[in-house]
Amino acid sequence: MSEVSIIDYGLGNLGSVANMLKRVGAASRRVSTPAEVAASERVLLPGIGAFDAGMDLLRDQGLVEALRDFVATGRPMLGICLGMQLLLDSSEEGVTAGLGLIPGVSRRFSEASGIRVPHMGWNYANPSRDDPLITGLADDSRFYFVHSYRVVPDRDEDVLATTQYGVPFASMIRAGNVMGAQFHPEKSHAFGMTVLGNFAQL
Amino acid sequence: MNVFPRVIPVLLVSDGYLVKPVRFAGDKYVGDPINAVRIFNEKQVDELVICDIDASVRGTGVNYGLIEDIASEAFMPVAYGGGITSVADARRITGIGIEKVVLNTVAFTRPESITEISTALGASSTVVSIDAKKRMTGGWDTFIRRASKRVGLTPAEAALRAQELGAGEIIVSSIDREGTFSGYDLKLVESVASAVTVPVVALGGASAFDDFRTALEAGASAVAAGSMFVLNGKHRAVLISYPAPEQVRSLGI
Repeated sequence: MSEVSIIDYGLGNLGSVANMLKRVGAASRRVSTPAEVAASERVLLPGIGAFDAGMDLLRDQGLVEALRDFVATGRPMLGICLGMQLLLDSSEEGVTAGLGLIPGVSRRFSEASGIRVPHMGWNYANPSRDDPLITGLADDSRFYFVHSYRVVPDRDEDVLATTQYGVPFASMIRAGNVMGAQFHPEKSHAFGMTVLGNFAQL
Repeated sequence: MNVFPRVIPVLLVSDGYLVKPVRFAGDKYVGDPINAVRIFNEKQVDELVICDIDASVRGTGVNYGLIEDIASEAFMPVAYGGGITSVADARRITGIGIEKVVLNTVAFTRPESITEISTALGASSTVVSIDAKKRMTGGWDTFIRRASKRVGLTPAEAALRAQELGAGEIIVSSIDREGTFSGYDLKLVESVASAVTVPVVALGGASAFDDFRTALEAGASAVAAGSMFVLNGKHRAVLISYPAPEQVRSLGI
């Protein structure tokens, strides 16, 4: 296992992510500058909050280009919750462009489908295919979600797992070395430990 | 399909120890809170609520050392309440790795604190806890400071105001039922759940798994219990328990 750099840009539950990485035996550190990102082995982008606020904070710290450059080297990157939505081109939640690392957008859940928004609580994630990121997950693996927007990747092959909430949506995505999880693995017991442990070994 | 209803153990802490009162009084010593968190973690509970019940009454503020110990053992969502008075408190708690803050006394002594904290952390991290006691003449009164001070609102009025001020979740607790194993006050749950659109968590009186289903039918989005998960048998011996995952999931069907 190699060290995981957790991007510290003022959003997201860094303490929880670090606690769980420690539990699965992976070292982690908080990074907040382009130079630190460039020197990282793998990066984890957490995030709780609004899309534009997240992109603005990344830009203010010079991290937008730094993360694109990092990904271009082929090293692994995982976005969690809002951090996953930022990987795409844009979101209905805001007007700012996303990181554009995976083609697609984020759309709001509609109450018209008879659901409460946000989607808050435990739900299943059903793998679309085998992948080292989800190796070892049992069929009834469940994860903790809190979100009002869902990602819609342009390419079906980028969807790694789907979850049903009013509509089926992509709860995990992966395009090459760029990965995302809509749920909070750091708060999803042994199921989340498996995902974070796998990421630390990619 | 809708999201699964959550089943939430509530741990009450006093002076650093896990306690279990009955009707908000006569605290029984139950053990070490960190050990309890560890056991609930092994049992893969949906979520935990941890409240320092006399932090506000004694004015001791937030016990950050305890919160750090809890966060390092809790790999599930955790809500923490007790002694929170400001955005700074709330930010520090969530920064340690706690998902939600629970506001009780301050939500009534300084209601604008709900808005301030909700603006800073988001509504889904801002929970207001409402302690309700039956009136002799029917209906309920809302109390703070461990059931010692009436606030002059019904629980439904208090819940609606909290939602309007930014609360993303309401815990409604029956003072009369706490620790009595006599079932939830379903009419109370119904009165609060029908007043707001945010999720309502029922607390106070649960004695068996079937009580969860009835509280959900009364309008609760999630169910919580203290005594049922930490005490066991005729003599109420300390024994931490939690239903099996498939039983918890069955509530969603």
